[in-house]
Amino acid sequence: MNVLLFLGFPLLTALFVLLSRSNQQVRVVALIGSLLQVVLALLLLFAFRVERGNNNAAQFLFEQQYPLIQSLNIHFHVGVDGISVSMILLTAFVVLAGVLVSWNIEKMTKEFYFLLILLALGAYGFFISLNLFVLFFFLEISVIPKYLLIGVWGSGKKEYSANKLVLMLMFGSALILVGMLGLYFVGGHEFDLVNLSRIIIEPARQTILFPLLFVGFGVFTALFPLHTWVPDGHSSAPTAGSMFLAGISMKLGGYGCLRVAVYLLPDGAKQYADIIILLSSIAILYGAFVTMMQRDLKYINAYSSISHVGFSLLAMGMLTQTAITGALMQMISHGLMTALFFAVIGMIYDRTHTRMVDEMGGLMKVMPFITTVLFIVGLCSLGLPGLSGFVAEMTVFVGSWQNDHIFHRIATISAAMSIVVTAVYILRAVARTAMGTITHPEFEELKDAHWNEKFAAMILLLGIISIGIAPGWLNDLLAPGAEIISNRIAGK
Amino acid sequence: MNDLLLLMKSELVITIIIFGLLFIKVGKGMRNEQLLPIIQLVLLVNLIIGFFFNIEGSLFGDMFHTSPLIAFEKNILNLGVYLIALLNTDWLKKTNHLAEFFLLILAALLGMFCLISSGNLLIFYLSLELATIPVAALANFDLDKKSSSEGAMKMILSSAFSSGILLFGISLIYGITGSISFAALPQLADGSPLFTLAFIFLFTAFAFKLSIVPFHFWTADVYEGSPIAVTSFLSVVSKASVAFILLTVLYKVFLPIEHIWYYLIIIVASLTMLIGNLFAMRQQNMKRFLAFSSIAQVGFILVGVSNGTEMGVSSVVYFILIYLFSNLAAFGVVAVISENKQKENIDDYKGLYSTNPFLSWILAIALFSLAGIPPTAGFFGKLFLLTAGGSKANFGFIIFAALNMIISLYYYLRVTRAIFMDKNEFPIEKIKTNASVQMAMVICAVGIVLVGLMGWVFDYIQTLH
Repeated sequence: MNVLLFLGFPLLTALFVLLSRSNQQVRVVALIGSLLQVVLALLLLFAFRVERGNNNAAQFLFEQQYPLIQSLNIHFHVGVDGISVSMILLTAFVVLAGVLVSWNIEKMTKEFYFLLILLALGAYGFFISLNLFVLFFFLEISVIPKYLLIGVWGSGKKEYSANKLVLMLMFGSALILVGMLGLYFVGGHEFDLVNLSRIIIEPARQTILFPLLFVGFGVFTALFPLHTWVPDGHSSAPTAGSMFLAGISMKLGGYGCLRVAVYLLPDGAKQYADIIILLSSIAILYGAFVTMMQRDLKYINAYSSISHVGFSLLAMGMLTQTAITGALMQMISHGLMTALFFAVIGMIYDRTHTRMVDEMGGLMKVMPFITTVLFIVGLCSLGLPGLSGFVAEMTVFVGSWQNDHIFHRIATISAAMSIVVTAVYILRAVARTAMGTITHPEFEELKDAHWNEKFAAMILLLGIISIGIAPGWLNDLLAPGAEIISNRIAGK
Repeated sequence: MNDLLLLMKSELVITIIIFGLLFIKVGKGMRNEQLLPIIQLVLLVNLIIGFFFNIEGSLFGDMFHTSPLIAFEKNILNLGVYLIALLNTDWLKKTNHLAEFFLLILAALLGMFCLISSGNLLIFYLSLELATIPVAALANFDLDKKSSSEGAMKMILSSAFSSGILLFGISLIYGITGSISFAALPQLADGSPLFTLAFIFLFTAFAFKLSIVPFHFWTADVYEGSPIAVTSFLSVVSKASVAFILLTVLYKVFLPIEHIWYYLIIIVASLTMLIGNLFAMRQQNMKRFLAFSSIAQVGFILVGVSNGTEMGVSSVVYFILIYLFSNLAAFGVVAVISENKQKENIDDYKGLYSTNPFLSWILAIALFSLAGIPPTAGFFGKLFLLTAGGSKANFGFIIFAALNMIISLYYYLRVTRAIFMDKNEFPIEKIKTNASVQMAMVICAVGIVLVGLMGWVFDYIQTLH
């Protein structure tokens, strides 16, 4: 299978969106395009499993390499392993759902969908690239769309949030850039991920380069204390924008932390592991407690994202194979869950025109579908068995517990304790919104979900439940990749 | 004889055009509507000729030197002049002295060509003057504007000052080594303190021309006072030519004291980036804003210059090509709006997207490219400059440059925000743009997008050495 299709399809979709004449045409084109991307992602999963079934044990499959700038030894090198395949699946699902929930946008529809598809293009490109230069290019490509999506179609103090988000993410990028150039010179003029992973870099260099790369990607994935763009950015963005930011963009950071920082600089990872664990433990607890104080549904989800993403950073700091698998699972699970959460919040806001928990009540009576989905997402967030959250968090804790140092034990226990706090805020928010009597008489008139919203919710629910009930397939995808990383850390 | 024709091809073509213009001026004269398309066509032909018959060689006892790379650099300048002639069609049609405008511009261009080709400090000095004095006259081209005369005056004074310093530096160098030839100087350079001092005087002249901090004070006033066509010529073509010769001088003539100029470049590059950025943040007038942002861009160019090898040359030439497209596109939009609506403030641009989507996108792409955000070419340009600057493992410096990119992003975003997000009850009305202006803007936009994505452009520049 040709993975370059993941660049070609979004490009074609974007082109057709630009050529469309009416708003309705734009929507249909975007929908068809994103449906095709989901089909393509499923085909990739299938083809990948077939290849692995044929005992093709190469680290990366479907590799392609073209020279880009020969004098600097930069090649356009793409390929996928199980981790990238699962990330591509996540992206395709979230983008499709995002296109569906934005169906009613009337303000500059063409531009909106164009930018949304450009974001998807950046994410696909990021996950398939095996060259640091190309990877960085695709990471950065999403800056303009993010800025404009929040600033033009957002709500609240949108200009401030857009500025803050872009500047903080660019700060992360600047660190990545310097780290990347460092690797380039240390590795003998090499940007290629596969070639760099074969080079032994002296620990003293890793001490300098690892924090640059890890913190750089960490900004994208809300590493404490560089998480402050998350609440503002997520709450000001339009629904599809928040879904993308929390569902995919934060995962770009996590993937980069693991694939670039930890994988290429294992000694650096060992040196800084304790600091990562400390910071992520703080993020988990801090995020959870701050969420308790929030009254705005979007802020609740944004802060709880900081806490949930903390789990995957914590697991990365633990450096065992199970923990790294758990980190990846948590990324996938959180991506689906948080995208759905934002979608549901968007649906509620479109109807009630408020996101304040205190102003809502009894919505179950008027919109049973939406509130049911809200319940399921809430339960997933607090880790109910049968849903993806439980599988991911369980794996993280099991992996973390394998380290028997007292420091790791305390971190694991405190992270596990945060689930109780999660239960408190999730149950309170969901119950206030859905149960009780209807607070405002005008809420009586509200309609339940439309076909597009139902479709969007069902797609993401499908992902959440299929991981929750049968996690084996995801584990099969992620574990080999995690094993390679953990072996490299162990020096095998 | 044949050699002379081929080696001095670019200079001869420009000279012929200048004579042609003179004849037209002396004759019965032509109306602007007739003359302008002819000039634009001639400049296009000049640009196309520039791609062919580029060979390496020296003339007049090594006083004049050319090579494929130098020819490519000259053609970048040709492209800049051609685009300026297209982008400012509206203004040029109205001006009373069209022929004189191009006479002066081409005279300055001729000076720049000789400057880039110079192989001797004497030619270097003469052509630098030839490249400066017509531009000072150009800065005064808006005869009825007081600020235009003020800008021209500032420029003349600062140029005179810098050429005085330059001459002093040259005389010191001649006194120490007994030679002014670029080829002979590296062997004769003794690295004594006096030689270093002479070098610093010489570098100061460069600093004036490139508006490197702390010699940048003339820039903003001159840029604001001059007509936009001249401002864009100053900020792109004039700077590009001086940057090219700076590379030759540093990498060939002063190679023996690289350990000294390396630190000098690092210090002034850091200062230039930081101060250019900090001042650009607070500007309200678009021309001043672009003036300070171009100071910061020069700081980034110096990051690449600090490299000291072929990689430095390639990255700087590549960046200047991209910078030319980006900055000219930005100035082009500012020129159209200023010429039609007399508005130059950032606040006036609020809500521009609702009325002028085409101009808005061009300006946005140009600014994103200046900020170095992909998929625009500015990203590649900045990245290669930093790669060149980082080759000596000076990570502190590279981190500082990367952080400056974020500061610059902040103020470029200010303009984008005004265009796309801020509400305005009375946005600038729909402007009907001229076809040739539109064409030039599309050329710039295509250049901004494609030069980066097509990696072979950089490879091509590398092969020219």
